[in-house]
Amino acid sequence: MTDPAISRRDWMKLGLMGAAGYAVGSNGLAAPVVRQPAKAVIQIWMWGGPAHLDTFDPKPDAGRDYCGAFTRPLATNADGIRIGEMLPLLAKQADKYSVIRSMTHGNNGHETAAYIVQTGHQPDRLSWPGLGAIVSAFKGYDHGYTGLIPPYVVLTTTQGRFSECGFLGPKYKPFATGGDPAKPRFEVEGVIARGISDERQKLRRDLLDRLDTLGRAMPTEIRFHNLDQCEEQAYDLILGDSRKIFDLSQEKDDLRDRYGRNTFGQSCLMARRLVEQGVPYVTINYKGWDTHKQHFEIMRRKLPELDAGFATLLEDLQQRGLLDSTIVWWGGEFGRTPKVLWEAPWNGGRNHFGNCFSAVLAGGGFAGGHVVGKSDKTGSEVAERPVHPHDLLGSICERMGIDPDGPLPNPMGKDLKVMPEDIPGFSSESKRLHEIM
Amino acid sequence: MEAILRPLLPWIVAVPLISAAPERIPPYETKDFSVARSPLDRIVFQAQREAGIETAAPCSDEVFVRRVYLDVIGLPPTAAEAREFFRNRRRDKRSELIDQLLDRPEYADFWTMRWCDLLRVKSEFPINLWPNAVQSYQKWIHDCVRDNVPYDRMARQMITSSGSNFRVPQVNFLRAMQGRGPRPLSSAVALTMMGSRIETWPADRRAGMEALFSRITWKPTAEWKEEIVCLDPTPAGPLETILPDGRTIKVPPGDDPRTAFADWLLASENRWFARAAVNRHWAWVFGRGIVHEPDDIRPDNPPSIPGVLELLENDFVRSGYDMKELLRTILNSQVYQLSPIPRSQDPRAASMFASYPVRRLEAEVLLDSICTLTGTKEGYDSPIPEPFTYIPPSARSVNLADASITSPFLEMFGRSSRDTGRVMERSNTISDAQCLHLLNSSQIQQKIEKSWRLKQILQKKRRDPSDIVDDLWMAVLSRRPTAAEEGDAIAYLEGGEVPLKQAADDLVWALLNSKEFLHRH
Repeated sequence: MTDPAISRRDWMKLGLMGAAGYAVGSNGLAAPVVRQPAKAVIQIWMWGGPAHLDTFDPKPDAGRDYCGAFTRPLATNADGIRIGEMLPLLAKQADKYSVIRSMTHGNNGHETAAYIVQTGHQPDRLSWPGLGAIVSAFKGYDHGYTGLIPPYVVLTTTQGRFSECGFLGPKYKPFATGGDPAKPRFEVEGVIARGISDERQKLRRDLLDRLDTLGRAMPTEIRFHNLDQCEEQAYDLILGDSRKIFDLSQEKDDLRDRYGRNTFGQSCLMARRLVEQGVPYVTINYKGWDTHKQHFEIMRRKLPELDAGFATLLEDLQQRGLLDSTIVWWGGEFGRTPKVLWEAPWNGGRNHFGNCFSAVLAGGGFAGGHVVGKSDKTGSEVAERPVHPHDLLGSICERMGIDPDGPLPNPMGKDLKVMPEDIPGFSSESKRLHEIM
Repeated sequence: MEAILRPLLPWIVAVPLISAAPERIPPYETKDFSVARSPLDRIVFQAQREAGIETAAPCSDEVFVRRVYLDVIGLPPTAAEAREFFRNRRRDKRSELIDQLLDRPEYADFWTMRWCDLLRVKSEFPINLWPNAVQSYQKWIHDCVRDNVPYDRMARQMITSSGSNFRVPQVNFLRAMQGRGPRPLSSAVALTMMGSRIETWPADRRAGMEALFSRITWKPTAEWKEEIVCLDPTPAGPLETILPDGRTIKVPPGDDPRTAFADWLLASENRWFARAAVNRHWAWVFGRGIVHEPDDIRPDNPPSIPGVLELLENDFVRSGYDMKELLRTILNSQVYQLSPIPRSQDPRAASMFASYPVRRLEAEVLLDSICTLTGTKEGYDSPIPEPFTYIPPSARSVNLADASITSPFLEMFGRSSRDTGRVMERSNTISDAQCLHLLNSSQIQQKIEKSWRLKQILQKKRRDPSDIVDDLWMAVLSRRPTAAEEGDAIAYLEGGEVPLKQAADDLVWALLNSKEFLHRH
């Protein structure tokens, strides 16, 4: 049995309705389309590749060789959507998100797949920027963003594996917070220093200024002038009010508990605070999903953490009226092999699987309560409506008010577009996700 | 975030008249050059005179010792090394120091890092050399730099070798690029060996170059990520194509077209190769090439001082492509030994090298400098799952072979991604986030607080505050404090607002954040 997801034909009808100015909500009632562009993206990056069968594309009828331990998917509050049994809280939020079950790019290497999923490009001769760098270029300091917190923040460490900023250059690299938001004090590197009072900060700053001998000998040096300006900005953050954004003790204990008192849960809370403050792109780099071995044990441990953090984030964003302007994108570089590897050395593991996997989109004008595309009986092949990463990223760009077909200014002065139009080898059916926009 | 874009007008108005500056500015300038004027200097100074650009004063020993250590071995001098240099009264002590530094093992480490940027030594996307090949390739490069292998021999080996990427390390040159085939290959060869971007070439030359690299093939083995790079064994007819200079060439069947290309490239009368090499070395020393960018040599991008390139090219070819000799020539010039303080506001002064250009230290050099002077260590992480690479904390970051192995500090400070080998991949531009980190991160603060070296300075017996200050300045800035600095520092130490140890930490913190420490100057 598979989910009675709305067929592609139905979607085309809905797409027409959407074009007429209406999208269909999960309750089947027509709702006014959100025309305001979204303001921010929270990317929940499932580093290593989460198993689609154990999360958002359960296949209870495929048998133990595919489902392993998880055979009883949960009904959700959206008609016809069932998700993995370890995600009960997310099951109650399904009206807020749509699941794409037909993601595909066919690559099984972490580094290349991570690049494809986050840039939308198959490897060619350029090193393209990831979505965070694109948003940073279009919505950051070059375009009116004035926040003291950098426009592209990663909680808590950068992903590695490819250069997030690509050819756009290091200016668009993410700011990695370091520290751990689940600790009593979230020590964001550079912003919150341990054991240095504001008074001593001021004394030090004054000392630094007085010892600026070379700077005074070279008053016209532009690099020194830039350094002075950066220093001033840094002190606005070190001594100003913006740093309080990282003080999670300002949140109610009960809410912090619901997010989960772990690094991921508190990162979700932190992401909400950053978005509230106007930061346009936040990545939560959620590690630990590369489960070749001990897969089911790890799922039992980690999925409840994911469930609480992600579900509370959606609920909290909505309660604060931020969900309409905030896109939440969940996914990793690929899924995991649908067929469980019971044999040694895996002993019940799942390997890399780029042929068919899932992604989740919520908020920012994306309709909730829908399933896009379909995988086959075992989740091994895309059965309907393949979605390539550049379709998904292009859709996010569109909702962010960035024209995915528009020019991408770049230091090489080349004539480039934000997203590729078509990728050779992929069906021309593959298009942006207008059915949920 | 990007300070360079901010309006500069108020600052320009505030600039004092340069004629009001004193004759020689201590502690950065001195009266006379201590090296003789070389043919190189005559060309550069004449070009400056003709352009009406005033040349900066000679740099002091304090500036020189720090500069030459950073430029040759990628580390500042220790307090003891700096003091030894100042005590030395010999007239040719600068040349002597240059020779000593070029023989240090750290010279090979630092310059290998530069070569690895250019040669794209990286395990993962988009280069995908993978760990074993990275190790063998980097070791080969390091050996070449250490042994000062003539550059033409190095280049020939990279272009023409065949074999396993684990056993014949230099074949990795033909793997270290995004994509496979004649286009990426010819583009990488042009960029690396000719300092030229192939997309600026006429179509026929591009096609000719691609033909020369059209018979290479890559063959996997049973070993994980091992690959044989070789000539396609399929019988092929004669190859007629054109060389980058437009001449036609015929490669008989059975001959390797790569060899024909290497013979052309490395012929002594072909100056393309030598020009790219000397210009790149010049850019490595001065932060900009005579042709700028150093990887964009083309007819419509003329050299700023053509005579310099000609002179250095001739010397380079005559010396048998000796890279140390080339560096020695540059470092012993008066041009290299100028003060960083400009005497001219002419916008052409930078491209005419009228003063030593200040630049923020590279990510690795900055981190290694901080670790060395505090006596602390660093951790690096590798996201590559297998085989896991272990980097001992005592390793200097310039010795990291692999651009896929990194740390948040190195990423933040603009380490090269090694995706394409282009110069622009490394950024030495300061940012707000970098300032935050230097001013206020626990990483830097703890290095200072826990530094056993700094504790030693405080704990020496019979310590007068002025001795402490003297030692701190020598340790961090490789010079004695000026009278004004000494006064400020002693006032801070004795002011009582912060306990002595903390006050000393703050002094070190301030020196680490000073422009003088953060920049080559």
